Amino acid sequence: MQILPFVVVVWIFAVGLYGVVTSRHLMHLIMCLIVVQSSTYVLLLGVGYRRGAVAPYFSDIPARTPAVDPVVQALALTDVVVEAAVTALLLALAIQAHKRFGTLDPHELVELSG
Amino acid sequence: MTARTRTRVFLAAMAGLAAFYVWGLTGLPGFGSYPGPYGYILDHVAVLQTNATGVVSAINFSYRGIDTLGEEFILFIAATGVSTVLRHLRGEREESAGAAALRAEGPAPSDATRQATVLFVGPVMVMGWFLGSHAQTSPSGGFQGGVILATAFILIYLAGQFLAFRRLSPVPLTDAVGAVGAGGFAVIGLAAVAQGLPYLYNFLPLGSVPGAVSSSGTIALISFFVGVEVAAAFVLIVSELLEQTLLVEAER
Amino acid sequence: MIVASAGTSPFVLPGAVMDGLQVVLLVLVAVLATAVVLTRAPVRQVIVLSSYGLMLALLFLAFQAPDVTLSELTVGAVALPVLLMLALAKVRGQGRERRRDR
Repeated sequence: MQILPFVVVVWIFAVGLYGVVTSRHLMHLIMCLIVVQSSTYVLLLGVGYRRGAVAPYFSDIPARTPAVDPVVQALALTDVVVEAAVTALLLALAIQAHKRFGTLDPHELVELSG
Repeated sequence: MTARTRTRVFLAAMAGLAAFYVWGLTGLPGFGSYPGPYGYILDHVAVLQTNATGVVSAINFSYRGIDTLGEEFILFIAATGVSTVLRHLRGEREESAGAAALRAEGPAPSDATRQATVLFVGPVMVMGWFLGSHAQTSPSGGFQGGVILATAFILIYLAGQFLAFRRLSPVPLTDAVGAVGAGGFAVIGLAAVAQGLPYLYNFLPLGSVPGAVSSSGTIALISFFVGVEVAAAFVLIVSELLEQTLLVEAER
Repeated sequence: MIVASAGTSPFVLPGAVMDGLQVVLLVLVAVLATAVVLTRAPVRQVIVLSSYGLMLALLFLAFQAPDVTLSELTVGAVALPVLLMLALAKVRGQGRERRRDR
């Protein structure tokens, strides 16, 4: 339990990267990229966790209760929403690539240069 | 490079990463024992300083405001990028939404889908608005509220009313609303500079009760603008993709 | 004068239960991530990705991060699959057109 979250982080990262490397369809590649990004969220929240602490919201609990780290939560929060928009940009590029080259296979797209 | 070579290079790289990772894990303080000072400082100080009981939103919009401004602009630029990349190419024609609705190919959504989605549009909008305006009290904020507001528009499309979706969110209007949201955030920071304070300083009155909707100064205002901008960006992205799918086709 | 909030003590699960919950959710997340990568058909993969987003949201809840849970739920389980499905529909429509033209 001391290191399990960090092991899971590197497992998700490696598995997602394996999907990106061996992908035969651009959409599959983009979804594996989403998985790789999600490993960073787990890492951020795993770093900030404090055993026996509560969420850092003090509207109904006394202000001195031990709470988990709020800074990494702020980072992960904006991260999640922004990466969705960047993924949308990737999807737009994939659509235009399909229009132009007629194929969504990364291996074939590489050979179409020149 | 063949697929086999690629996989072999990948496995070698992963072996190297695993070695470094194991070396790093041996010196780690362990999960659950948080050593750093910033968490403790902010937990103790934030409620007193900003009168906001939601410390994460206080960090996002007050302590770390300029970072959030940058992230919001990333979102804005990504939506603009989608509009630019999906522009009309040579050899494509786009039919009007009215003609496409008359043509109406493909299966119509079932009655159950239509009724369920139409029922939910109102409550989802209220939920998005509620979340966007309560950033300083409870787990909510502009980012989540904005995405939920955009989902309400998507529900209108899912009810089979693409024409209504187009009329309710025309691209120029969505563009303008998104610009107002992004610009509003930057302007609030400039309003602080106009009073001789640092950029994005929390200069509005802090209110008396911590965690009330009207307290915490600029945090609630910034959260509102961020919510508007995130909703507009997502509606713009979905509108562009829908236009590509339903209206644009290659000229024969 | 700033009034301190109400003095109810927070509800905290006993340590062992919280640990067990986090271990189970972490293992489920790892298994679902593998499932997402190993599903090769894109349309099926979108559904698996949506359930992966839901499981991630539960994990963030067990890590005492309700804000991030809300974000991940709305984005990862709703908005992203919608965008992916729209792009897939466009790509399939184009593929069908090309085959019709040939």
